[in-house]
Amino acid sequence: MPITEADIEKLAQLAHLEITPEERRAFTPQIAEIVAYVEQLSELDTSQVEPSTGGLTPEGERTDSARDDAVRPSLGQKLALDQAPDPASGHFRVPKVL
Amino acid sequence: MDFLTDDIETLREKFSRGEATAHAAALASLDAAEKLNETLNAFLQIDRAGALRRAEELDAGASASEDQTLAGVPIAVKDNICVRGLQTSCGSRILGPYRAPYSATAVERLNAAGAVVVGKTNCDEFAMGSSNENSAFGPVRNPWDTQRVPGGSSGGSAAAVAAGIVPVALGSETGGSVRQPASLCGITGLKPTYGRISRYGLVAFGSSLDQIGIFGRNARDIGRVLQVVAGRDAQDATTADVPVPDYAAEIGRGLEGARIGVPRELFGEGLDEEVRAAVEAAIEAYRELGAEIVDVELPHAKYCIAVYYIIATAEASSNLARYDGVRYGFRAEDSPELRQMYRRTRDEGFGAEVKRRIMLGTYVLSSGYYDAYYRKAQQVRTLIKQDFLKAFERCDAIATPTTPTVAFLLGEKTDDPLSMYLNDIYTCTANLAGIPGVSAPCGLSGEGLPIGFQLMGPFWSEGTLLRLANIYEQAHPFTARPRVSASSS
Repeated sequence: MPITEADIEKLAQLAHLEITPEERRAFTPQIAEIVAYVEQLSELDTSQVEPSTGGLTPEGERTDSARDDAVRPSLGQKLALDQAPDPASGHFRVPKVL
Repeated sequence: MDFLTDDIETLREKFSRGEATAHAAALASLDAAEKLNETLNAFLQIDRAGALRRAEELDAGASASEDQTLAGVPIAVKDNICVRGLQTSCGSRILGPYRAPYSATAVERLNAAGAVVVGKTNCDEFAMGSSNENSAFGPVRNPWDTQRVPGGSSGGSAAAVAAGIVPVALGSETGGSVRQPASLCGITGLKPTYGRISRYGLVAFGSSLDQIGIFGRNARDIGRVLQVVAGRDAQDATTADVPVPDYAAEIGRGLEGARIGVPRELFGEGLDEEVRAAVEAAIEAYRELGAEIVDVELPHAKYCIAVYYIIATAEASSNLARYDGVRYGFRAEDSPELRQMYRRTRDEGFGAEVKRRIMLGTYVLSSGYYDAYYRKAQQVRTLIKQDFLKAFERCDAIATPTTPTVAFLLGEKTDDPLSMYLNDIYTCTANLAGIPGVSAPCGLSGEGLPIGFQLMGPFWSEGTLLRLANIYEQAHPFTARPRVSASSS
């Protein structure tokens, strides 16, 4: 199914991206070309193939990654807020939601 | 001091004979980094004060640093890996003035071994690119020809090692971002097994593919760095509980009847003739040295770019959702409402390639398309992995070109994303399968540009790959030097 400029606009909205009309015009044929390229996978019969759900090796899958549910040191409020564009009295301040 | 000739071993000998100090090494590196940055744009931040302070501390405590295997070794770190107190921009505007409040585990381990971080290197934005032209802070230039790209996405780290600014550097790989620039810049690069090096403090792009990788002038230096950074880390659940071997001992061993597999179907269409000839000569060199060359088949390797650009973009669209102008980095001004703030921040903060990939990832994950694209790609990923497992029953390593061509011109592929993506056609299979790969230089093209070959091996075979690369280096030293380097005036 061909990808249209309207599809690109919808994708941008879903991904919280505001794109300019110029970007929309440029992206449409580029993304359409990439999608057409990846569709070559449909020539393979994979009905009997299990999907690889991650990049883990067999050893990685066997590794016990759980840790004790214990309190540990963390960044702390001051450091965590240090990089915020608009910190306010111990919070991340954002523009109005509604 | 000249890191075109001084590898870690030479440097350490100079230190122990009192011919050099950590301070002098750091100074040489910092001076070269600053001097060459106008030409190469390899560094986004050079930490002169921090590196010199650290080197002085090392010199002052020299007697206590016997077990610090990298004491005084200058190292560059890609700007998507956190070093406490320094910037982590990922080559993007969206991280704005961000300074890392903590260091990546790999960096902590390097520090503990005495390495001196001299700066943060330029890269494609969020490691998305094969030419370094997607950096928000301008492209890196190839030291062999400044009209050409160094490769990407870890182009700054590759250029810094190639130009002799540092002996070793960290990069990161999702589809070839260490091996491809290593090849284009005439140096050696390692992408380890998935789970070999902790990714704590590496900014996430494609989480089932990402690994920190290492650049060096030779395989032995890469082994020295790998020895320090490899191994399980409780901060990264994907690191595997697998013993870290003694890489120097492994690298020092001989060929021992190694079997090298050659997938002939990858030497066909799209491969530059000069690259083909150089890589075939390298394979022939292994035969002459006593290796057994066997034919292997990777019938699904040709689908790797299609699989990669579904899986990597899907994972990226999720990972990059965190950049929203709330907790750190850049926020667009004059947005009275929250959603608008998100959208404007991401519009102004992200470059074109990142937006393209986020949208592509959103598309392949969207309802109605998930099975056709994402699930399908995961299934073909299984087939690619199975191809390798089968091939490794017949050989210890698989040899291929690293890239289809030598370094291309700046601007040559920027308008054609798909043709740019095809640069990774020989490398991204290893990321999809989770296996390690090494690229090493094997000659120059007629225009004097480096050509690299790649060795890929079974899980956890970094020692074997570095040993084989070392054997080739010893027999066929790559002595050519780039036009732009720390020792050229």
